[in-house]
Amino acid sequence: MTTGETMTLHLKVWRQRGPDQPGALTPYTVTGVSPDMSFLEMLDLLNEQLIERNELPVEFDSDCREGICGTCGLVIDGIAHGPKRACTTCELRMRNYRDGDTITVEPFRARGFPVLKDLVVDRGAFDRIISKGGYISVNTGSAPEANTIPVPKYKTEAAMDAAICIGCGACVAACPNASAALFVGAKVSQFALLPQGHAERKVRVVRMVEQMDTEGFGACSNHGECEAVCPKKISITYIARMRREYFKAALAGV
Amino acid sequence: MSEWFDIGENLLDGGVPPGAIEVKWDRYRSEMQLLAPANKRHYRIIVVGTGLAGASAAASLAELGYTVLNFCIQDSPRRAHSVAAQGGINAAKNYQNDGDSVWRLFLDTVRGGDYRSREANVYRLSELSSDIIDQCVAQGVPFAREYGGMLSNRSFGGAQVSRTFYARGQTGQQLLLGCYGALMRQVNAGRVRLFPRREMLDLVRVDGRARGILCRNLVTGEIERYAGEAVLLCTGGYSTVYFLSTNAVNCNATAIWRCYKKGAYFANPSFTQIHPTCVPQLGEVQSKLTLMSESLRNDGRVWVPSEPGDTRAPANISESERDYFLERLYPAFGNLVPRDIASRAAKKMCDEGRGVGPTGYAVYLDFSDAIEREGIDVIRERYNNLFPMYEEITGEDPYHTPMMIYPAPHYTMGGLWVDYNLMSTIPGLYVLGEANYSDHGANRLGASALMQGLADGYFIISYTMEHFLASNKREQVSTDHPAFAESEESIRREVARYLSHTSGKSVKQFHWELGRIMWDKVGMSRNAAGLREAIGEIRALRKEFHDHVHVPGTGEELNKNLEMAGRVADFFELGELMAIDALHRNESCGGHFREEYQTEEGEALRDDENFSYVAAYEYRGPDQKIVLHREPLKFRHAQPSHRSYK
Ligand SMILES: Cc1cc2nc3c(=O)[nH]c(=O)nc-3n(C[C@H](O)[C@H](O)[C@H](O)COP(=O)(O)OP(=O)(O)OC[C@H]3O[C@@H](n4cnc5c(N)ncnc54)[C@H](O)[C@@H]3O)c2cc1C
Ligand code: FES
Repeated sequence: MTTGETMTLHLKVWRQRGPDQPGALTPYTVTGVSPDMSFLEMLDLLNEQLIERNELPVEFDSDCREGICGTCGLVIDGIAHGPKRACTTCELRMRNYRDGDTITVEPFRARGFPVLKDLVVDRGAFDRIISKGGYISVNTGSAPEANTIPVPKYKTEAAMDAAICIGCGACVAACPNASAALFVGAKVSQFALLPQGHAERKVRVVRMVEQMDTEGFGACSNHGECEAVCPKKISITYIARMRREYFKAALAGV
Repeated sequence: MSEWFDIGENLLDGGVPPGAIEVKWDRYRSEMQLLAPANKRHYRIIVVGTGLAGASAAASLAELGYTVLNFCIQDSPRRAHSVAAQGGINAAKNYQNDGDSVWRLFLDTVRGGDYRSREANVYRLSELSSDIIDQCVAQGVPFAREYGGMLSNRSFGGAQVSRTFYARGQTGQQLLLGCYGALMRQVNAGRVRLFPRREMLDLVRVDGRARGILCRNLVTGEIERYAGEAVLLCTGGYSTVYFLSTNAVNCNATAIWRCYKKGAYFANPSFTQIHPTCVPQLGEVQSKLTLMSESLRNDGRVWVPSEPGDTRAPANISESERDYFLERLYPAFGNLVPRDIASRAAKKMCDEGRGVGPTGYAVYLDFSDAIEREGIDVIRERYNNLFPMYEEITGEDPYHTPMMIYPAPHYTMGGLWVDYNLMSTIPGLYVLGEANYSDHGANRLGASALMQGLADGYFIISYTMEHFLASNKREQVSTDHPAFAESEESIRREVARYLSHTSGKSVKQFHWELGRIMWDKVGMSRNAAGLREAIGEIRALRKEFHDHVHVPGTGEELNKNLEMAGRVADFFELGELMAIDALHRNESCGGHFREEYQTEEGEALRDDENFSYVAAYEYRGPDQKIVLHREPLKFRHAQPSHRSYK
């Protein structure tokens, strides 16, 4: 834990007043940044300094500020969630920067994620994809006793490795094609790995993939940029699994 | 007579149905009135919140055929703060054959709540706990499992049985994604309409009943009106009244507070839980405190230097110069004493000048013995994401130097008063999850909030609400009703007021200052003088806020400072009520510790004779005194005893 010395940083921040308005990178200087601050706390500080000067604060989304809700998400110096791997924007600490650094801050950009204001984007497309099949259809009250179906530990663990997706959208922002394949692949795989998910295995993948295409996300061409920025280190092998699931379903004529 | 409130003459009745506690719920729900299945779609149900309580309720009601409107502040329902819960969820499955039962979970929860909760509600919660696990597993929640494929359990929060189900350190996330999936399935079926990025700012009552809400569209700034047959508040807790807490930055009290001002009673506002194991505050501009799972206390030993003012590095402080104070004070439970006790002990050490770290407000949580005993790899596997998370925040490696921890506001047991049906004092207004006060008394046990939110949403509300709807005539209310217009007018005035200053302190600064008062004087330990000071200081600061707060931008756009202004305005009023409640309760119980009421050894001194009741406050208007109503608590099964962890 550090105390004492603070930094002055130069920022170039994407400002855009509304969805249909033009935007631009705007320069700001923020002073008094302590190395222990998170990146978002640094932006909080900038906003306090802007309000003091009666300028409009920079709007950005955040909630849990501990890397689990998936609300935050900025492109920092060209990288979704910034320079540290396996780390969300809210978890990134300013001790990764030096006094006098210049940092460019932009929203997650993709056709599927229109900008609402400044750094805030609309990720409603993800919800619409999930609504097409990102669940097991079981009504409340109709479940069998929990230990009725044993699930091998390695399968649960593999399902969990996919289920930890926080839905932040960094994978889309990082992909040259703005593909949502990692996001969809993770959900499809979670349920394909669990016996509870088998009944709907085929329709699920087909419907989710169709919706992904409808939303305007691009095709996956195996760049792997998504895995590199994923704060939860979700592996692109789940994309391969989704493809296999999809082909099996297609062969079965779903 | 109190200078702050009048006392209601009639005692409040929780409406607990008759019959033996073991069969009460079963019999009651079997005797409830039902609606014709085909009729349900004519009923519009407003569900505010998409956390475990809200999403499970919205999905379950839609499955039954109701038309559901579901609102949340975040851009997606999946981001409600339930997502952050780490440790796990309790259920009395007794899979471990270690003596657990519905009865034991019930007794533990009542005792943990320090005998300030309603027995019948707690019993029902314990009874439903097993169904929750079944439901979640069927939804594909990847709970931890043993090699044989069966579900795994751990002991949590000082429980003597292993009844906690978990999904790594992300149990809340996985449970929430389970209900979110169920919810999205109903969205797809057209039975749920989803309204993300909306903030409920008022409740509309028509002929006394809850008949609608007003929201601000957080993207366009429009004030929107929604009417329905019932309103369910599932809006979470209010720990952010302290500014710094383990809660998300958008957690707030606005929905429940505005309903309070429309006549719903607010129960036990001062009952808050301070969690002992959080990363300490590092700087002035910090926005939140991160929880380090309670499970760390299974292996970590808590200590401070024996001498005040010892600023040497921990490695240079020898064994004999360390005070493992929890082990010393509570030899029977040691580092595993309940949250409130661990928190207060840590504060005491720091107040004695023996705290560590840059601010002196931290204690060590040391894993060196466990690492030596079991090997670094075992510890690494056991706590996989926690150590790196700590290192990320603090820049220190807890495998080689002890963690520093300090208590932080975490959970609010207080909330809107509800009866056995989860209905508030406003007919048709239901309150679920952390937003109600119901099941945790003066202190919540670990892993029981997730259980409560899901019990309320999956298994209780559909019955009790249906009974209410079936016993009342259905009359459509339109959003053209004057009550909507009136409410909209008052919201517009409020928004205009916040936007009227072009200089002055920011919302965040006011919130921070309020948080300081709350933490210092209405926090972990309280005394009458401090609480009185707090009330005065809060009032003065609130006046300054309304006269001078500077909110930039306009009301017709996405404006997060404007959103926060309304929330902070409500926190001022709630903060005052918390102080009044804490001042009135001349006893110590659970998380509420009044310094005047302690044993010689410094333990909480409960006063069952005079305070065995739920304190529920009624708002009667801006210039009127509030009224304190009491719901007496009777314990027929869990006999009140004094907790001892010595
Ligand atoms: C860090 C952390 C760890 C925890 N770990 C555990 C654990 O291991 N086990 C356990 O049992 N409990 C745990 N808890 C407690 C538990 O997570 C919460 O009590 C519980 O999840 C609350 O659920 P909820 O549905 O009541 O509210 P939330 O999940 O907070 O949801 C509130 C919802 O209401 C919406 N909302 C709020 N106000 C408005 C408004 N005015 N208008 C519109 N929408 C609104 C929000 O957008 C959100 O959708 C933990 C809590 C924290 C903070
Ligand atoms: S704010 Fe929740 S993940 Fe960053």
